Amino acid sequence: MKKSILQKIRPAVQTAAAVLFNGYAAGFAKGKIFTGKTKLFCVPVLNCYSCPGALGSCPIGSLQSVISDRKYNFSFYVLGFIMLFGIILGRVVCGFLCPFGFLQELIFKIPLKKVKVNKKPDRIFRYLKYVILVVFVLGLPLLLSDKYGTSSPYFCKWICPAGTLEGGFPLLAANESLRSAVGGLFTWKVFVLIAVLLLCMFIERPFCKYLCPLGAVYGLFNRFSFFRTKIDKSKCTACHRCERVCPMQVEVLKDPNSAECIRCGKCGSFCPESAIKLEALFSLEKVSKEKDNSCKHRN
Amino acid sequence: MKQIKLTSKRLAAVRAIILSAAVSMLLFGIFRGEPAVVLQKAVRICLECIGIG
Repeated sequence: MKKSILQKIRPAVQTAAAVLFNGYAAGFAKGKIFTGKTKLFCVPVLNCYSCPGALGSCPIGSLQSVISDRKYNFSFYVLGFIMLFGIILGRVVCGFLCPFGFLQELIFKIPLKKVKVNKKPDRIFRYLKYVILVVFVLGLPLLLSDKYGTSSPYFCKWICPAGTLEGGFPLLAANESLRSAVGGLFTWKVFVLIAVLLLCMFIERPFCKYLCPLGAVYGLFNRFSFFRTKIDKSKCTACHRCERVCPMQVEVLKDPNSAECIRCGKCGSFCPESAIKLEALFSLEKVSKEKDNSCKHRN
Repeated sequence: MKQIKLTSKRLAAVRAIILSAAVSMLLFGIFRGEPAVVLQKAVRICLECIGIG
């Protein structure tokens, strides 16, 4: 296997993104969150805005908080951000920028026996993230409002493991008054987090596959986004190696721009014929090859 | 799921529509004053998000 340029730079990009989105280091020491104006803007990834380091707002958290506000029933602002990221990047966000996705990948590297979920249950479980999006992110915050017209961010409250990990633990570790308020809800959320992290040891990116509502939205844009997977049919021998190595179990040959593809580029790296490319408005692989060629000419 | 076949012209058109819809929604949200709510919620610790509230 010859690693493509994208595969080579991906861990560095993932690390840089995690640091960039959570760059307020003082927050971790003080047990307080960042209160600057950059939080007016949504980051493209599922990154809790109650993480002490977070410099921007989580789009899923923000969407729920606007919907659950008494003044508004819907957030055009946040959905605009999500659509913008979706049409430009698609699920490149999941493969290259999401800190929680990166964490899942790291945990999966623990050398234990790996499991591939059978096609039929896998296909059914994949719909779960759309159910979560409709019910917990949009439906419940809109419908279950109190007499003042406000409600709760139900996805964050009952499901989001990123919030527990990025916000809950660091804040509780540094803030004594918060520790005294811990109760049953926190126990439930720690249980969800542990369950997700345990699953990550055996299944590749289970949260992204089955539960993430942001991945569900970005998936809808994958077919149209500026970043696309392209198969050169004149080179492809249909060996299906790409499908065997795909962390998201995408049927690459049948549907290269599937809603499930996180554009990690693993399929392209493993393709013996170099028939699979990730293309933006131009081909990144082409650029790197041209660079190589120009270097060879010079030498 | 049945795949939609998109010619490059159609793809460009769909992208343009989605892109302009996204920008319009963003601007409409700003006009409605939504960023203030986003900021107001994001600068306070969301107890529910971290599993306390």
